[in-house]
Amino acid sequence: MKILGSEITPYKTYLNRRKFIQGSFASALLATVSSSVLAKHNTDPSIYNQFMNENDKVNSYEEITTYNNFYEFGTHKKHPHLNSGDFKPKPWSVKIDGLVKKPMTIDLEKILSKVTIEDRVYRLRCVEAWSMVIPWQGFQLSELIKMAEPLSSAKYVQFVTVFRPEEMPGQKKRTINWPYREGLRMDEAMNPLTILATGLYGHEMPNQNGAPMRLVVPWKYGFKSIKSIVEIRFLDQQPETSWETLAPWEYGFYANVNPTVNHPRWSQGTERRIGEFKRRETLMFNGYEKEVAHLYKDLDLTKFY
Amino acid sequence: MFSTKNFNRSKPILFLLILFPSLLWVYQFLTGNLGVNPIEKLMDELGLMALRLIIVTLMITTLSNIKAIKSIVILRRMIGLFAFYYVCLHFSTYIVLDHFLDMQFIIQDIIKRPFITFGFISFLFLIPLASTSTNKMIKKLGFKLWKKIHYLIYPVAILASLHFYVLVRADKTEPVIYMGIILLLLLHRIFKRLIRPQLAQ
Repeated sequence: MKILGSEITPYKTYLNRRKFIQGSFASALLATVSSSVLAKHNTDPSIYNQFMNENDKVNSYEEITTYNNFYEFGTHKKHPHLNSGDFKPKPWSVKIDGLVKKPMTIDLEKILSKVTIEDRVYRLRCVEAWSMVIPWQGFQLSELIKMAEPLSSAKYVQFVTVFRPEEMPGQKKRTINWPYREGLRMDEAMNPLTILATGLYGHEMPNQNGAPMRLVVPWKYGFKSIKSIVEIRFLDQQPETSWETLAPWEYGFYANVNPTVNHPRWSQGTERRIGEFKRRETLMFNGYEKEVAHLYKDLDLTKFY
Repeated sequence: MFSTKNFNRSKPILFLLILFPSLLWVYQFLTGNLGVNPIEKLMDELGLMALRLIIVTLMITTLSNIKAIKSIVILRRMIGLFAFYYVCLHFSTYIVLDHFLDMQFIIQDIIKRPFITFGFISFLFLIPLASTSTNKMIKKLGFKLWKKIHYLIYPVAILASLHFYVLVRADKTEPVIYMGIILLLLLHRIFKRLIRPQLAQ
């Protein structure tokens, strides 16, 4: 099977292609080009499908932005879409601290001026046994890590979501011990597949998908891909993570997509791709085995799930 | 105040009211208006409706202790049968739409996942209730035995609410409310049966 999840287009090419499409529309419609043409382009999946193999079709903008798990805005799938209107992702800064040479609080604008934004079309597999294919725009986490210059003692990276109960109504209820926290081992964080996403379908990241910047780790269950990040901390010990703290018998620190590791709540052997009728087989490491299996050579994945 | 006649008259309206959601959801499902993950949504709506109806049947029994509305009990059978109807739809959505009749997978799922085990046992217990719900069956079995069989509604309600409780990932408020109501209704029965007679002595 052809696995193309890590296909990368430089953002420049992407911008050029967008310009070309706009241009062809412009010549066809002369002066009548409206913003709706642009909007259509930005929600048109066909331009992204070329990045995936024939088994994976990009999900629609509507599917990706109306069916979300983002408990900061409520526990139902439609809540993030309905309740995230008051959230203000601008201006935004990120605190980088812990075991680094240069602890800093840095504006997102400044980060973006220093990194390469790319298209990354990834499969996203939720632990609840559903999945999507999502066209992200973002940059490799490794770029930011290199900027921060972690000390050699830094073995793990912890991420923290913003805590703003006034803008995030779900945080008024203690369903989770806010703020949401996640973490990666350093080598996982440095893996070229791991990105910080700032865009979706050519749009700025919608609030309900983790504006303005979120993690995307495509070989792990979705809850690892923490949203609306305000702090990145470098540690010498494995950090505490939200779902593992809440229910350690269900959610592990690693949370690699693995059809052979049983979960007490959902079978992980199959999944429903949003938009499809029949379930499909779940792939080891969500189909990114070639890129990441080497990270876990010496790890018993049934114990470290 | 409210006579048997009143309650009898309300039956057709109640029938349509309780039937309507299922028709609406199936229609929405077929026309693609049940959202992004329609199979999950259909299954959740049907299941929740079934649980609520099970609780309503328990409530009716309690309410029938109030003299003024004691004839309300004649609505219980219909609502109980509707609960079974919604459970059947819920279960067949799981079997047919969610897992496409992959029986090997489904059996594993029922055994391995406690919340599905609870739901499945609850469904099994409802079958004898539904199948002995006619007047003829009451006569045939005798009221005493019939009543004994229908005590099964208690494990059915507890298992069904547990099924929902375990399924919810973080915000357990709604299932806890249902469990609380069931608990109160059961405590009322225990009080009536065991404690009040002793107090009277």
